[in-house]
Amino acid sequence: MEYEPVIGLEVHAQLKTDSKLFCGCSTRFGKEPNANTCPVCLGMPGVLPVLNRKVVQYTVMMGLATNCRIAGESIFARKNYFYPDLPKGYQISQYEAPICEDGWVEIKANGEARRIGITRIHMEEDAGKLVHEGAFDSSHSSFVDLNRACVPLMEIVSEPDIRSPEEAGAYMRKLRDIVIYLGICDGNMEEGSLRCDANISIRPRGSDTFGTRAEIKNMNSFRFLQAALEYEFERQVDLIRDDGHVVQETRLFDSNRGVTSSMRSKEEAHDYRYFPEPDLVPLRIGPDWVEQVRQSLPESRDEKIGRYVGEMKLSEYDAQVLTSDPVTARFFENVVRGGAKPKAASNWVMGEFMRLVKEAGVEAAKITPEQVAHIIMLVETQAISGSAAKAVFEQVFDTGQDPDRVVKEQGLAQVSDEGAIREEVQRVLDDHPDDVARFRAGKQKVLGFLVGQVMKATKGKANPKLVNEILRELLSK
Amino acid sequence: MKITPELVEHVANLARLELSGEEKERMEDQLGKILEYIGLLDELDISDVPPTSHVIDVHNVFREDEVKESLPVGKGLANAPERAGTAFKVPRIIEG
Repeated sequence: MEYEPVIGLEVHAQLKTDSKLFCGCSTRFGKEPNANTCPVCLGMPGVLPVLNRKVVQYTVMMGLATNCRIAGESIFARKNYFYPDLPKGYQISQYEAPICEDGWVEIKANGEARRIGITRIHMEEDAGKLVHEGAFDSSHSSFVDLNRACVPLMEIVSEPDIRSPEEAGAYMRKLRDIVIYLGICDGNMEEGSLRCDANISIRPRGSDTFGTRAEIKNMNSFRFLQAALEYEFERQVDLIRDDGHVVQETRLFDSNRGVTSSMRSKEEAHDYRYFPEPDLVPLRIGPDWVEQVRQSLPESRDEKIGRYVGEMKLSEYDAQVLTSDPVTARFFENVVRGGAKPKAASNWVMGEFMRLVKEAGVEAAKITPEQVAHIIMLVETQAISGSAAKAVFEQVFDTGQDPDRVVKEQGLAQVSDEGAIREEVQRVLDDHPDDVARFRAGKQKVLGFLVGQVMKATKGKANPKLVNEILRELLSK
Repeated sequence: MKITPELVEHVANLARLELSGEEKERMEDQLGKILEYIGLLDELDISDVPPTSHVIDVHNVFREDEVKESLPVGKGLANAPERAGTAFKVPRIIEG
């Protein structure tokens, strides 16, 4: 019998706010342990959490971008469990009445467009960080750092609509694009700003029943997500084929060995006894607020790709590359706004710009989109040659100097003075009588050599089109 | 819902409480009486009443996303039984 996986993902995105979810402590990393803490996020008795408005705003943005219904009334809940990274003994999350429900995103996998349902999106606080002393097996103590406690997270829960590890990867990439383009999360999986747990079960292909699922944690890259799901699918198929059965449990992915293994947690510990958080009043999000957020939504990556292909007549591939991150896309659009034709702008941004950014980092880029547009104009009006333009581009990229000044100082202006070029061509022909004879005897290839000689003599500044024309003219005499 | 000895043990375990046999019996008795009393509410027909999560009619209380000063480093650890640098030190934790 052939089996298919049934997969649903729970994705946690850390929201890009300055302060925490319920207090004014900074969300910035890199401080010494517990430097960003106060009585609220330390869970001291008698304190009250107050909701960060921006977290609500960001979560509504995500809900709208993923076609969710925004709940008119929404409440927070306490999820109770004991663990030292959770100072209050409960996590403030949402359970009943989450802020967004019933959405979907469209993904492309294996050339096929598929809709993946989103069950819900809710807000919750992150826990602190535990560091274990010494070697894990022999350590006697753990250290608790609560800087991360109460940092705002958004949890996006999908329907079990995903049917392959590739689709899971495509779905995850889609969510990453959306949060990055909305500017609400930096999308960095390695650093944990975007994390993912997967529920996976198997069933005979074509069946509509659900098998027993396992939950996999600890997949911090797209590659690991796919690898973990592939491994887990095979493991479950083998179990069923050997007349065994899948145990409902939480499993950890070991990226070094490429396998998942049981966390052997006691199920009893997962009795969270959710109840409405009495310290936070209900949230009411009226149609006006929703509409206001809808108006503020920036263009998504998909919309940009559609516009680049439709209006700007770029290829799908170019549109994909240019929108791979919003900074590059914005840069490209500003080059076009600066007067460059989309195709030329796309060539320069994808070519020189992205090459130099890759080498030196985006912080090193001193060049402005207007300067790029100006350099493109210089090439199109034949004021400089294509190769000179690259040199100008590189210098402006490094220094931010005015391109006209660079052209002037380096003597890169293209010579389009016909008389001067004619003189130079004649000199080259006089110096190479043998080659001239070979050309006239039918060796067309010699022309390239002669062009090269003229360009060399003019230090690359001669207008190559004119050089070609004049050479042909004088040779045909 | 009936309070059974197993339920008392389960709840005690979730709350990380260690109860003696005598305490368990007392809890079973007391929790049973509390639930029985609350059970009076079952006499009301509330099938048309949405669950009340909050009793006062206040909603949308926010703060703006502004960073305020945290506690001076280490102040939050003043009552910690053990510390290491500015981290809380706790017995080694193993998941599950």
